[in-house]
Amino acid sequence: MRVNVTVNGEPRQADDVWEGESLLFLLRERLGLPGSKNACEQGECGSCTVYLDDTPVCSCLVAAGQVQDREVRTVEGLADGDRLDPVQEAFVEAGAVQCGFCTPGLVVAAHDLLDRVPRPSDPEIREALAGNLCRCTGYEKILDAVRLAATRKADPEAASR
Amino acid sequence: MSLTPAELTSAVAGGIGSSPQRPDGNLKVRGEFAYASDLWHEDMIWGATLRSPHPYARILSIDLTEALQVPGVYAVLTHEDVRGKNRYGLEHKDQPVLAEDIVRYQGEPVALVGADHPETAQRAMKRIKVKYEVLTPVVDMETAVDDTPLHPGGNLVRHVPVRRGDQHAEAEVVVTGRYEVGMQDQAFLGPESGLAVPAEDGGVDLYIATQWLHVDQGQVAAALGLPLERVRLTLSGVGGAFGGREDLSMQVHACLLALHTGKPTKMVYNREESFYGHVHRHPAVLYYEHGADRTGKLVYVKARIYLDGGAYASSTPAVVANSATLGVGPYDVDNVTVDCWGVFTNNPPCGAMRGFGAVQSAFAYESQMDKLAEALGMDPVDVRIVNAMSEGSVMPTGQVVDSAAPVAQLLKLVKDKPMPPLSTAVDLRDMPGGVSNTTHGEGVVRGVGYAVGIKNICFSEGYDDYSTARVRLQIINGEPAALAHTAAAEVGQGLVTIMQQIVRTELGVERVTILPMDTSIGNGGSTSASRQTYVTGGAVKAACAAVREKLAKLAGGRDLAGVDLVGLLGDDVIDETVEWRHRATEPIDPETGQGNAHVQYGFAAHRAVVDVDVELGLVKVVELDCAQDVGKALNPQAVLGQIQGGSAQGLGLAVMEEIQTEGGKVRNPSFTDYLIPTVLDMPPMSIDVLELADPNAPYGVRGVGEPPTISSTPAIVAAIRAATGLALTRVPVRPEHITGT
Repeated sequence: MRVNVTVNGEPRQADDVWEGESLLFLLRERLGLPGSKNACEQGECGSCTVYLDDTPVCSCLVAAGQVQDREVRTVEGLADGDRLDPVQEAFVEAGAVQCGFCTPGLVVAAHDLLDRVPRPSDPEIREALAGNLCRCTGYEKILDAVRLAATRKADPEAASR
Repeated sequence: MSLTPAELTSAVAGGIGSSPQRPDGNLKVRGEFAYASDLWHEDMIWGATLRSPHPYARILSIDLTEALQVPGVYAVLTHEDVRGKNRYGLEHKDQPVLAEDIVRYQGEPVALVGADHPETAQRAMKRIKVKYEVLTPVVDMETAVDDTPLHPGGNLVRHVPVRRGDQHAEAEVVVTGRYEVGMQDQAFLGPESGLAVPAEDGGVDLYIATQWLHVDQGQVAAALGLPLERVRLTLSGVGGAFGGREDLSMQVHACLLALHTGKPTKMVYNREESFYGHVHRHPAVLYYEHGADRTGKLVYVKARIYLDGGAYASSTPAVVANSATLGVGPYDVDNVTVDCWGVFTNNPPCGAMRGFGAVQSAFAYESQMDKLAEALGMDPVDVRIVNAMSEGSVMPTGQVVDSAAPVAQLLKLVKDKPMPPLSTAVDLRDMPGGVSNTTHGEGVVRGVGYAVGIKNICFSEGYDDYSTARVRLQIINGEPAALAHTAAAEVGQGLVTIMQQIVRTELGVERVTILPMDTSIGNGGSTSASRQTYVTGGAVKAACAAVREKLAKLAGGRDLAGVDLVGLLGDDVIDETVEWRHRATEPIDPETGQGNAHVQYGFAAHRAVVDVDVELGLVKVVELDCAQDVGKALNPQAVLGQIQGGSAQGLGLAVMEEIQTEGGKVRNPSFTDYLIPTVLDMPPMSIDVLELADPNAPYGVRGVGEPPTISSTPAIVAAIRAATGLALTRVPVRPEHITGT
């Protein structure tokens, strides 16, 4: 089948898509966007998290055909050219990235959290990121990164000082 | 996406002792870092592996006819297509690339399919007809040695005895215990994956996620029947490792398909296959007897330790040596009788995982120390401090500990930390059971527990453990620029950052590029045993020293500190390659376990505070604090990251992580049923980092990665015991162990 979808603001088309393919496979193997990760492919780890329209989803659990005529935003679509999104910037600075395989999913999940809750409490951060597994960091520096990003987004001037 | 990994350059200042940003950090947060599973090649095909459904069976026949007829299939291969030697392994070459007549574990590779789409490969695999005669599996590690032999030499992989002092010592206070450790999985997030590209010279280029390029290269070349130089490996992005990538997984398989079809072949495991595709942490049964005097001073320790190595040897021999030589923990004990056996069974093969044999012993000896404290009416920290080893102590192997061993200090640090307050307001998210709304505080009891552990750093027992580093210095665009190249695997720990920091410190050059890691340079050794900062760091430092020597010659005796590098070097390029070794170790005596087997020892201590819902058996770890000596923190942020991540894996083993087997079959090969800690499970940590330099190590460093995984588990279990009053002799602790239901 053919799938038409808007990805990171650009209309994209994929042909010969097998009906059993996931959105994750479509992104990674057909559209050249391997940023969303394939850690479990069963909706448990969150490493493939993308926005579908405005809702974060595990792209491994969405059939490719379901995204026909819809909008997808992936980790590759968060930065503004060379300028990282504040969440991305904070992940690097805080040391929240080790192997980095969970990072794309966590960055999208944290991005979504800060859009909804600009100054989240620690329990709110933990609850929002509970669907994203990380095996390297023990999560402490991921919490640091989200706190840092929240501070910067709330007061961009303080961030640039 | 390009096959060749990006060169990593970062212009951020930062020598050793600072925490500059990772040079791969921006790529990783943008989703642009190329992991092995992200690779793509024009005209590539997909490989898949047919695995044995049986833990132990004889293969009677394999019929490929129908599989070969599936449109889109390029090849279906069996052991008959293995071009070289159909045996590989880290220490003993006992594992077939593809099974011949016998399969010895569930998940053992039997056949390969190469096809145009992963789904085509799956369909073809279902059409391969394998007839098995199912055999009765050997599954009990304690009786395996006397059971059906699974290999020609029988089922004993290795026995290490350690004998020190009076073998018949007696003591006033004696505590005994039997302990069990379940099979833990590394659960790295990036699945086994790689891309093999057939080359014009009849060889193959393999882009791969691994922990050790050169040991892979040797094994792959032997299995392909090719000379080493025709098997070239390049490290792709690695999504974590923790020991699970030290053995081969799909390396030879992808190369066989690529060479057979002439097409680039990509293989990527899914999570279920990953559980079958790599070795795990050895499950263990441990019998301990501790004898002490009335003051708590240990008189003797006796231990019998059984480690289940599963179907093939992997690194079991070295794991056995660790469990045995580190078997009494970081304590002074004059009289020691330890025996450790690693055995073959038809359970999943076990090998390297963070902590490597030290984890299993530590759960037992630390449980014993708590039992001893209870028997004596002593504080559990005090009984440890009474026996704590220190610099100058003698190990049960006779080896003198010749650098800092601040065991008592680490214990005091975690003990003296302020306690987390008992929360007054009820927030479900802080409760055992969380937002499942299982309790609002009723039935919840708090407990506190302590543990300390010991780990050998670097490879032991006389292994020639070295790394190779090349450093180049030249002027680019009017600025001095350095380049560093090794084959040492960056698996997420931050070696690329450390290498840059060392070059900046040694050469005073800010701009440092790290070349992709590959086999065009000499061996970097394994990314394991907490050794890369020590050994590859040492090699990079030594290569920089060689570059400086050349500079000094150019400068003709002038002091380099004040020299303008741009003027001095001009168009010259200095390029030095160095092999660097840590001081040698010795084999241990096979009868007594005596010998200077280890290079360096690392220590960490934990305090765990837990809330236990004693009615439902649910545990919430409230706080997990750690103190660790790291010799010198080359990158303080990365050191904390290792301690936090290592502690989290220890928490997993304490309360949730186990590959459960039944009759040799894995019951939970998924992240739905094999649980690893989430951000809700992992509590805040307060961490003290000591920097007591080891004079034998580069910059005084002490390996960081493994010690925190070792003491985390027993500290948490001790806290659960304190809350419940239960003996809890098995990890992971399950709810039913607490409720008795």
